[in-house]
Amino acid sequence: MKSTNPLDPDHYHRVVDCQWGCPAHTDVPKYIRQIAQGDFTAAYLENRKSNVFPGVLGRVCDRPCEPACRRGRLDESPVAICRLKRVAADLSDDIRDKLPPKGPANGKRIACVGAGCASLTVANDLLPLGYDITIFEKHDKPGGLMRTNIPSFRLPEEVLDNEIDLIVERGVDLRLNSPIDSMQTLLDEGYDAVFVGTGAPRGKDLNLPGRHDTDRIHIGIDWLESVAFDHIDTIGENVLIIGVGNTAMDCCRSSLRLGGKNVSVIARKPRGWFKASDWELEDAEEENVDILINHSPKAFIVEDGVLKGMTFDKLHYDISDTGELSRPEVIEEIFLPCDDVILAIGQENSFPWIERDLGMSFDEWDTPTVDKVTHAAEIPGVFFGGDSAFGPKNIIWAVEHGHQAAISIHKHCSGEDVSDRPPTAMNLLSTKMGIHEWSYSNDFDDAERRQMQHVELTQRFKDIRIEVELGFDAEQTAREVERCLNCDVQTVFAESLCIECDACMDVCPVYCLTITEDAEEDVLRQQLRAPADNKEQVLYVSGALPQTGKVMVKDENLCIHCGLCAERCPTGAWDMRKSQLLVPYANDEAAEARKKTA
Amino acid sequence: MSFIAKPKITHPGLPRNEIGLTVRDYEGSMSTLCAGCGHDSVSSAIMQAYFELSIEPHRVAKVSGIGCSSKTPTYFLGGAHGFNSVHGRMPSIATGANAANRELQYIGVSGDGDSLSIGLGQFAHAIRRNVNMIYMLENNGVYGLTKGQFSASADKGSKAKKGAANAYSPIDPVLLAISLGCTFVARSFSGDKDQLVPLIKSAISHSGFALLDVISPCVTFNDHEGSTKSYAHTREHMRETVFADYIGAHEEILTRVEPGEARQVTMHDGSRVSFRHVDESYDPTDRIAAISYIEKHRAEGAVVTGLLYVEESSEDMHSTLGSAPQAMSDIPYQKLNPGADALKKIQSRWK
Ligand SMILES: Cc1cc2nc3c(=O)[nH]c(=O)nc-3n(C[C@H](O)[C@H](O)[C@H](O)COP(=O)(O)OP(=O)(O)OC[C@H]3O[C@@H](n4cnc5c(N)ncnc54)[C@H](O)[C@@H]3O)c2cc1C
Ligand SMILES: Cc1ncc(C[n+]2csc(CCOP(=O)(O)OP(=O)(O)O)c2C)c(N)n1
Ligand code: SF4
Ligand code: SF4
Ligand code: SF4
Ligand SMILES: [Mg+2]
Repeated sequence: MKSTNPLDPDHYHRVVDCQWGCPAHTDVPKYIRQIAQGDFTAAYLENRKSNVFPGVLGRVCDRPCEPACRRGRLDESPVAICRLKRVAADLSDDIRDKLPPKGPANGKRIACVGAGCASLTVANDLLPLGYDITIFEKHDKPGGLMRTNIPSFRLPEEVLDNEIDLIVERGVDLRLNSPIDSMQTLLDEGYDAVFVGTGAPRGKDLNLPGRHDTDRIHIGIDWLESVAFDHIDTIGENVLIIGVGNTAMDCCRSSLRLGGKNVSVIARKPRGWFKASDWELEDAEEENVDILINHSPKAFIVEDGVLKGMTFDKLHYDISDTGELSRPEVIEEIFLPCDDVILAIGQENSFPWIERDLGMSFDEWDTPTVDKVTHAAEIPGVFFGGDSAFGPKNIIWAVEHGHQAAISIHKHCSGEDVSDRPPTAMNLLSTKMGIHEWSYSNDFDDAERRQMQHVELTQRFKDIRIEVELGFDAEQTAREVERCLNCDVQTVFAESLCIECDACMDVCPVYCLTITEDAEEDVLRQQLRAPADNKEQVLYVSGALPQTGKVMVKDENLCIHCGLCAERCPTGAWDMRKSQLLVPYANDEAAEARKKTA
Repeated sequence: MSFIAKPKITHPGLPRNEIGLTVRDYEGSMSTLCAGCGHDSVSSAIMQAYFELSIEPHRVAKVSGIGCSSKTPTYFLGGAHGFNSVHGRMPSIATGANAANRELQYIGVSGDGDSLSIGLGQFAHAIRRNVNMIYMLENNGVYGLTKGQFSASADKGSKAKKGAANAYSPIDPVLLAISLGCTFVARSFSGDKDQLVPLIKSAISHSGFALLDVISPCVTFNDHEGSTKSYAHTREHMRETVFADYIGAHEEILTRVEPGEARQVTMHDGSRVSFRHVDESYDPTDRIAAISYIEKHRAEGAVVTGLLYVEESSEDMHSTLGSAPQAMSDIPYQKLNPGADALKKIQSRWK
């Protein structure tokens, strides 16, 4: 097959599975090493560069990096990346003086609609460039769903307040209680650019018989918002939550803290088809929430205006050998008594405030037409990001959208083509310190993943504000950091030096390396020392080797970055080099300018 | 030498053999040889061969002398028995161990110095007795361990690292062994495992003494230009004469061979070695022809490799001696040591 071009930044980036899996490309191995060295402030700043809210995300991130983590392919549980992020956030010094100040005014005005994580990221990135930024927020507090929907037993208010302050206090004009009710009016105010970060604010309803005969049926995200703003502080003893996504998990656990005693989550499908993350399910089940599978809601039973319960069709599915569900078969009808029902079956976009004659088109789910890369809407100078752009996702995606939109806004305001994106680059730096010494910890630590400690069940229900997770202690942190395989320390090959002694192939504990005749990729993948069946991971293929003309092939899938290939190579054909992905941000320019004046 | 041990973690898709082990179960401790030493590569080929034959490591005994090569038994088959003898004396130890316990599989590891200088007499007599063992002669043309002096296998005129030319003619262990009546003689190269692994498997299946002369470059003292045992020189001058496929007793022959094209030798244990003739004129069962073929090519500077001579009807040491059919450890003590009276009786026969 074609020999690999290691100068393409994507090649080594893909090897760093967590960073490749992270929408914002956080340099995970780098911050884990900083934590290992006790430099929590540096680790916090490294995180903040890409994900802006390390304290928040160290608690509630959807963590797409963890299922991607290579460690999970070797000993089943990935590195506790998210938990370590929280360690950095909890132990970091105050970093206020390390953030770039608002730049000298450049005369451009930007309006952001909604003070969720997407808008806040846009503000964070554009401030140092001297933009005048106004955020309009309909509530009396900023933060979006991070404040109104993520309960404080998962995300304490102080943590959120602190990280929002780090942005707002540097000179954002934050206008609370200021809903925007007309896009036309906003456009008429002559801003140089408008960013829409209003989220996906409408919870889906379930129109079954009896739905409107009682006030004890709640829409999940609205109910959580009322709880967050203390408008609701009690619930009945028997609660049914419809739906089994992450919203359902927050609803059931919140119910337990407001007086719910028998709380059941109702799923239409079997386990394995649940939308909620495994860890959220585990946490709910630890709190004795019942999860009832294969129940399809039929009707709300209301007698004399009092909600008595719900009826369901109990379903049966067959699961095929390939793991597909058959069409369900109804076995029986079931009645479950309850005092309250919370509907947690999804969220939708809704833009009642955007006039439909402005030149923007919307699809059947009311999501606007937005460019996937530039985030530009069909009206020049208007950009969308976060849940409002492409439907509900999560915080880290909203942050990444914010970064990309900030780049676009800066280009737009500078009269440049927004589709001309700044390139991502990569640096490689040798980690060699001595003959067999490296500047990273290359030995494999076989420790198992550390388990998060929780507040006792008897304690945690006393107040909804009691944070359940205690965070990692020093011992847990010290072990967990060593589980990271330093996937950014790359094996870099110089084919002209190889004498084909096989030493590297023979020493590799995971059989990554093979010297073989070149072939097409599919054939090559099967003729390696161990089959390379994970096509998500790339092969490295060298050019022809000097002595036999064969090629060196590395299956990047399971390399543990132990450096033994480089230690056993007599000619230094392998070297362990740290790759550093240089992700572009809107405010890079401001950093350059400050360097020059300093 | 690496400061870390090779991590135990491995590729989850690694194949398992008939007894459920992966090739990693055939490892020893981390090598302390120079990075890139041919001997390490030979150790890997040995591990691969025992793995593929599904031999339990504890049924193997490793014996060696002194030298970098002789250190390597530590680096493979950690679960096997082992004895690291004095310089050149491995053949006696192997002979003694084999006499006492014929049920283990013996692998001797030696170097060109260990076998062809100080141990030449021992080497010759182990062949002559046809001790049932495989004998890996890891041949790098130098005394690696003592910093690279020419050994008795170094070619005349071959250059030392600092430029001095070797004044003596080499001893070729392959020719020596054939002329001493060795019944399995092969030559290979540490840098060619496709050839080496089936050869080791065939040697293990052979009943009697099996010599494998493996060119195994010393990267530190003998891999320069002017050396005739370097990686580059060996690759350039290696001439594969016969390729031996090892086929286990219960295996089907998978490679399609035209009738008449492949010759087969059935080994003692029912397994077969099938030859793919790379050179049509060569017959690995004709001793005289083999010697002249090897001599002729040696004169031309070619390194002839492959299974060069095999004779499977051989009697090993035990059948010649008519010794007990089982290991001595399995013979009841009373029988093994019948006591002073019995000894007196025997001695009285010569009075
Ligand atoms: C119950 C629940 C739990 C969740 N848990 C997690 C989690 O654990 N981890 C995770 O990563 N993600 C989680 N999410 C998803 C995550 O919260 C969102 O993806 C993310 O907050 C989207 O950010 P955003 O900036 O796009 O919008 P939002 O956070 O929705 O912010 C939008 C803001 O705009 C304001 N606004 C809306 N319309 C207007 C208007 N017309 N004028 C002025 N202001 C307006 C809103 O008041 C709000 O403050 C959860 C979502 C829900 C519903
Ligand atoms: C009785 C005795 N004489 C000399 C030595 C010194 N000595 C150690 S190793 C060695 C030569 C080893 O050469 P070889 O067998 O080719 O092994 P290599 O290191 O090349 O693999 C010598 C002469 C010794 N250890 N013992
Ligand atoms: S660093 Fe080298 S020896 Fe270690 S696992 Fe990766 S390829 Fe194998
Ligand atoms: S150890 Fe070095 S010289 Fe030897 S095969 Fe590997 S890369 Fe080539
Ligand atoms: S000195 Fe030569 S023979 Fe000894 S370990 Fe080093 S390379 Fe191998
Ligand atoms: Mg030697």
